[in-house]
Amino acid sequence: MDLDTFVQTLLNSIQTSSVYALVAVGLAMAFGVMKMANFAHGEFYMIGAYVLYQVYQLWGLNFWIGVVVAIPVVALLGVATERVIFRNTGANILAGFMATVGLGFVLQVAALQIWGHGLMKRIDTPYMGAAEIGDAHVGWQRLIIIPCAIAMLIALRWFLYNVKLGKALRACAQDPETASLQGIKVRNMTMLAMAIAGASAGLAGALMAPVAAITPYMGHHIVIIAFIVIVVGGTASVGGAVVAAIILGFIHTFVTTLVDSTTAAMVGVGIMALTLVVRPQGLLGRETP
Amino acid sequence: MAVITVLAVLCVIPFHMGLSRVDTATVFFISVILAVSYRLITTTGDWGFAHIIFQGVGAYAAALLGKHAGIPFIVMVPLAGLVTALVGAIVMYPMLRTKGFGFFITSFAFGELIRMIWVKVKDPFGGVGGIINIPMPELFGLKLFSLVNYYFACMVFMVVSVFIMWRIDRSRIANAWKAIHTDDMLAECMGVNVARYRTLAFTVGCFFAGIAGALVAYRLGSIDPHNFNINEMVYLVIWVVIGGAATFWGPLIGVTLLTVVFELSRELEEWRPMMFGGILIMFLIFLPGGIESLLPALRRPPSEHYARFRKWLTTLRPG
Repeated sequence: MDLDTFVQTLLNSIQTSSVYALVAVGLAMAFGVMKMANFAHGEFYMIGAYVLYQVYQLWGLNFWIGVVVAIPVVALLGVATERVIFRNTGANILAGFMATVGLGFVLQVAALQIWGHGLMKRIDTPYMGAAEIGDAHVGWQRLIIIPCAIAMLIALRWFLYNVKLGKALRACAQDPETASLQGIKVRNMTMLAMAIAGASAGLAGALMAPVAAITPYMGHHIVIIAFIVIVVGGTASVGGAVVAAIILGFIHTFVTTLVDSTTAAMVGVGIMALTLVVRPQGLLGRETP
Repeated sequence: MAVITVLAVLCVIPFHMGLSRVDTATVFFISVILAVSYRLITTTGDWGFAHIIFQGVGAYAAALLGKHAGIPFIVMVPLAGLVTALVGAIVMYPMLRTKGFGFFITSFAFGELIRMIWVKVKDPFGGVGGIINIPMPELFGLKLFSLVNYYFACMVFMVVSVFIMWRIDRSRIANAWKAIHTDDMLAECMGVNVARYRTLAFTVGCFFAGIAGALVAYRLGSIDPHNFNINEMVYLVIWVVIGGAATFWGPLIGVTLLTVVFELSRELEEWRPMMFGGILIMFLIFLPGGIESLLPALRRPPSEHYARFRKWLTTLRPG
């Protein structure tokens, strides 16, 4: 591998890691607060991409308006999921998981019916051209994902550690019973966690829309990666999810470049299987799933 | 008595319906083996997400044996089951360290790993294209290429498999499995070797999944990794959840009912995933025990159901 390919792969890795982190952070947060795994998280990402397609491509508005609209729309979807599904499946994590598998099906068909068939939706790239570093070319559209993801993660960290509401959220993740004794409404916190999960997935979907192929099934691949990331990082650990996203983003991109994508996928699930068997609590997690 | 009636009907109907219906019924028999064997594993509390992959292992084993070794059909199908059981036992060894949701997601990881091996390894698994031209077997001089003959072959395998699993479900072994499900620590204290019994349940379940796989391989004549993807697994879970996994008959009810719904919704094909997803959500919220729990539920007074519905309504209210 020569230097230019290396630089290019490095930049691609950082971009891939950013997307993985954005998607996985929401999943880990929902898992931490509710002890529930949301398989429809990939469909949240897909809906984010479709909202951008609607606002930017069909209505012809500014790209960033599309991104800003996608975040609350998908956050609302997250809240609705918490209300209708997780609150009713009780403490049974498998029932919650399977119900969201069903929700994934529902959302896929909904997207298919609203936005129609066809192989994929084309979106005009708002930021043409590519950054050139040496002989390496990386499209601007891909590069702008990186600062957006970093900004979102910093904002999330600031919220969790400096705002009262964020601290309450962390308290619920640690021990819901004690948290409710302190006067924290656990139900509102689970809703907030799902809203944040939806918001980050929506943001990731909207940002990826111009560079990914938009289909109703685009979330399928990403949700599996998100699960690998949170398992490796520690299912309920937001920090662990970020670390694992960076590690897996690099491994995935480099293996894809050096070998092929099937091997990269194999390495991903292999790492997940190994983590679950050898260190079930993950890199930074405290409890086993 | 009811069983004999059903069998008699099943023996007569292939001569009175179209060939596509006969094929659907054949698929139904294979699904029954799959659902009942999946439920057999869940009696220990191990809900896996890779049962379809083990069906695939059986299918690949049968396809490769059929192409490269001229073994008679009647030996081949159990042999494919044995190969699958072996693979299952090997995979189960590291998975013993996990339980509950951890087991669920670990089995998914190992399953995907196996599926990737099929995609990746061209020789002998054929990569993405899979294995084509699986020679059609003969059984006692009967050409199984004929759909009606194959229908009967599958029916016999289904009846024998379900009967064996039913006997197992009523045996001491199954009691140990259910004890592990209720409380694994307590079971261990009572002298049940939890690791060995869990492995046994998984291996037996995989054996029958392999049989289902071998039958599906010969029905299709060609197989590829796509036949055993996550969507198929989700449908299997839907059958078992909707039928209910607490009794032996739950998955049977689930498969039968949903096969009928599936056939009736042929014209609404693109709405189908939404329909099944919706049904799954509704069952998990309102009838988590599946259809088998419907009769006991109907015996309870209506006021109790109304209270449950009211409770659900309150979750929708703001605040």
